[in-house]
Amino acid sequence: MLVVTAIAILMMRHLFAVVMLSSVFSLLCALLFVTLDAVDVAFTEAAVGAGISTVLLLGTMALTARNEKMPRNFSPVPLLVVLVTGGVLIYGTLDMPDFGSATSPAQSHLATQYLTQSPHDIGIPNVVTAILASYRGYDTLGETVVVFTACVGVLILIGGLARRRRKDEGGAN
Amino acid sequence: MRHHLLLRVITKLLVGPIILFALYVQFHGDYSPGGGFQAGVIFAVAFILFGIVFGLTKVKQVFPPWIVHKLAALGVLIYAGTGIYSLMLGSTFLNYGAFTPAHPEHGQHWGILIVELGVGITVAAVMVAIYYAFAARPPVINDEEW
Repeated sequence: MLVVTAIAILMMRHLFAVVMLSSVFSLLCALLFVTLDAVDVAFTEAAVGAGISTVLLLGTMALTARNEKMPRNFSPVPLLVVLVTGGVLIYGTLDMPDFGSATSPAQSHLATQYLTQSPHDIGIPNVVTAILASYRGYDTLGETVVVFTACVGVLILIGGLARRRRKDEGGAN
Repeated sequence: MRHHLLLRVITKLLVGPIILFALYVQFHGDYSPGGGFQAGVIFAVAFILFGIVFGLTKVKQVFPPWIVHKLAALGVLIYAGTGIYSLMLGSTFLNYGAFTPAHPEHGQHWGILIVELGVGITVAAVMVAIYYAFAARPPVINDEEW
């Protein structure tokens, strides 16, 4: 399903359909996360990927064009880069432990420690929240600052504050 | 979208429950999936939906841009302030156990609740601010073009 949607996105020229399909892609990803028992991640993917980014893409599209431009000519370099990178990535996965293996490094060191310690240390049932907000509080603080910085960047780049500046210039003149 | 009666009625019905659900996700994040980030996004979606259907001027009356910009900074301040408060109590940065030394678990509960609130406020305000910035640009397309 994911692959079919991705290919459809590539084939489409009408950008409105592409935006809707990428929203569908996000929803499918969210379903995949649910089947992998990663409910928090699925929640985020559904809210951000399928919700907010669709609205933002539509907003961008309203400001720009509604149809994709046809590529002028075929160039082999991007294709080569993609193929080589994909090949290297697949080669890298050969060394990884089996899916769901109990002895993989991800399962055996820190994860077990968090799972056994957090009811005692923190005392809340949702371990994901405990890790995010308490054990890894610094990281989450950093993420919040990143979100804030994104807001500042957008405001500086495409307005929101433009009107005030224009008024100041009018006053100076 | 003045003539879309169904959209307007459904939106009016939906905005309240969406905000309620956002608050549930925010404050029940300790016990069920969710937390500040998801809650902030859902909260912002309520205002964005309202803005899409009823127009930018209406939603700016409900949630003025200057408040949105201040709130985005306030959330980060709440988060960092929690860390500095724990520093002032003589513990390490963002160590919530220091709030109630007799019972560190309670301190952790409070700390996580406050910190998630900070994240939620920032994310909601940032999403709404970015939406305002995009939607306030002039070329508005009319309904027929879709």
